[in-house]
Amino acid sequence: MTDLYQAQRTMRNMRRAAMQRGVIAILDVGTSKVACLVLRFDGPDKFREADGVGPMAGQSSFRVIGAATTRSRGVRFGEIDAMHETERAIRTAVQAAQKMARVRVDHVIACFAGAEPRSYGLAGEVPLHDSVVTEQDVARVLAACEVPDFGEGREVLHAQPVNFALDHRSGLGDPRGQIGNRLACDMHLLTVETSVIQNLLYCLKRCDLELAGLASAAYVAGMASLVEDEQELGAACIDMGGGATGISIFIKKHMIYADNVRMGGDHIASDISKGLQVPLAVAERIKTFYGGVVATGMDDREMIEIGADSGDWDKDRRTVSRTELIGIMRPRVEEILEEVRARLDAAGFDHLPSQQIVLTGGGSQIPGLDGLAARILGQQVRLGRPLRVQGLPQAATGPGFASTVGLALFAAHPQDEWWDFEIPADRYPARSLKRAVRWFKDNW
Amino acid sequence: MQPLTPRARRDPAPSRVAYRLHRLWLTPLFRALLRVGLPAFALTFAAGIYLSDTGRRAEISQTLASVQKTLEERPAFMVREVVIEGATDLSQAQVAALLPIDLPRSSFDLDLGALRAAIGAVDAVAGADLRIVSGGILSVRITERRPAVLLRSAAGLEILDAGGHPVGPASRRADYPDLPLVAGNGAGGQVAAAQMLWAAAAPIAGRLRGLVWIGERRWDLVLDRDQRIRLPQRDPVTALERVIALDQARDVLARDVVAIDMRNPQRPTIRMTAGATAAMHETRLLEQKTRLLEQRAAGQ
Repeated sequence: MTDLYQAQRTMRNMRRAAMQRGVIAILDVGTSKVACLVLRFDGPDKFREADGVGPMAGQSSFRVIGAATTRSRGVRFGEIDAMHETERAIRTAVQAAQKMARVRVDHVIACFAGAEPRSYGLAGEVPLHDSVVTEQDVARVLAACEVPDFGEGREVLHAQPVNFALDHRSGLGDPRGQIGNRLACDMHLLTVETSVIQNLLYCLKRCDLELAGLASAAYVAGMASLVEDEQELGAACIDMGGGATGISIFIKKHMIYADNVRMGGDHIASDISKGLQVPLAVAERIKTFYGGVVATGMDDREMIEIGADSGDWDKDRRTVSRTELIGIMRPRVEEILEEVRARLDAAGFDHLPSQQIVLTGGGSQIPGLDGLAARILGQQVRLGRPLRVQGLPQAATGPGFASTVGLALFAAHPQDEWWDFEIPADRYPARSLKRAVRWFKDNW
Repeated sequence: MQPLTPRARRDPAPSRVAYRLHRLWLTPLFRALLRVGLPAFALTFAAGIYLSDTGRRAEISQTLASVQKTLEERPAFMVREVVIEGATDLSQAQVAALLPIDLPRSSFDLDLGALRAAIGAVDAVAGADLRIVSGGILSVRITERRPAVLLRSAAGLEILDAGGHPVGPASRRADYPDLPLVAGNGAGGQVAAAQMLWAAAAPIAGRLRGLVWIGERRWDLVLDRDQRIRLPQRDPVTALERVIALDQARDVLARDVVAIDMRNPQRPTIRMTAGATAAMHETRLLEQKTRLLEQRAAGQ
């Protein structure tokens, strides 16, 4: 656990250093695109009065000064598959964003969608030394959480205290200074595959960038596209990406569950490619321009030229009706949504007080998706777009950039995680000077 | 696995070297160094190499000097004539001696400030106004000091202005009949008082020889026939007016008087000559005798 602590704390320090320098890069390594934003932090109140943006999610403290998107290469299911290809894609995006920002960035906060996230709910309980809860007690109760055995080759990505309870009172946001006998806490732990992180680290290192933070794409997409009351009352964010569909459930402004369906828009495109016998690029284009999930009578008459380059007249002049296209797409979309439904059911989403579902990500732009999703996921479905942030180009404001924008918010104002609290004194190695200092602090 | 040798198509990604160079170029310090530092260094270096040769340096300085000389000696900048205005013969010669004689000369070589200071240092000059006017003329406008009193001292006669500043030597008293003559230690600092007394003494001006500053505190008026009017330290003009009034009423000064002492204003004193004193005693004796004779005659 100390190891993880050190790594995450190092990243936090990097982030602080970057904030001091005022420039930080956001890197969203997705299956279909790699997006890079360069943020400049100018202090919290610089832009607030200019256009009435409140300080709600910390988005008023920064400004996007560089943005670049490039087609992703070598990424499958939100995981890096061909490292050198991905490295090139990252390089392209970072260089273009730097060029636009006219500034060099050294620190980067990255997110990725895949890596088989698994959520764990942890609980811990400690008796209080004296009846007032101090920062040390919070640290102790966090340390007392029983960490499950999540197996070899997995790494903790997020560990957020979700709830504190003092004696019989639960639902405390901040127990410090309160009086009681026993302090309990619930923590949400998200683990991912270590190898994925290592691959990403390797790519970033090859690009001369220092990692200042890591986040799960599902989590940050939820941060960006759920509005405040949805986060408070309970909502799920479905981030329909290219290679993976992320699910994150929020309540009381904390993520309590995250999961990942390893299917996405690329699978729809590959279905089209197979069904219509066209190259993947053409299939992608057809999906983007003519795609849909609900066929109407009009669609029977709308013929799409799919073309080819074979030289054979008959093959090169093929057309399909939009209904056929929808017929290919719909089962796959349904399959994805069914899978999401299954994950949500497994997580106990139907026990939440509010069951709002927000669809975001590039895949959510399929026309008619909200109707289909309402049938499968429940009545409260809406399409979500990311929060508006200062200086973001128009091209990067679509739902496909939900996790990018969310990552920017995460960079500006990360939630407290386990490693943001102090290490309890008894967890320090013996004979440590820090431990002595801590003892003096506590007893004098 | 993909083929290890990539297909020959354009890769939109920058190469690692290009990426690094771009980042280096975006580094502010490096950028400043390259955009300002490098040209500045190259320029300095080139100039240093060029100037390291002594012959070249001399050549450059020579060229510069000759250019400067041609520029300065353009006819527009030459001064050919000096015009002195406002100077009388008292100061004309002295001022003219100070002005440059080797005309024509470039106006860049003339230090008007120093010239003005030098001219201002001449006793007879109160202020000088120098300018170079068009046509190559150095115009010197002089304000002279106005003579106020003559000071007689061991060194001779000297003219002073109203502020007590020396104007120049005087050869003879008769050359300045209308100026008051003063003498005595420190009299030069009392020009204003002397002028006031001189004005007050206008009724006896015909007889007035001069004023003497006694003991650096009070005045004596010296008349002809060695008569003196000793004035008090305070309010000498009033005392002088009283003497003049006395003179006009009783004709005191025409009599055989050596000095009228007004030093104590409450008790003016007259000092007579020895002959006058004897004559007064005789007159008194005669009067006494006459009175005795009259008493006797009345008693009988």
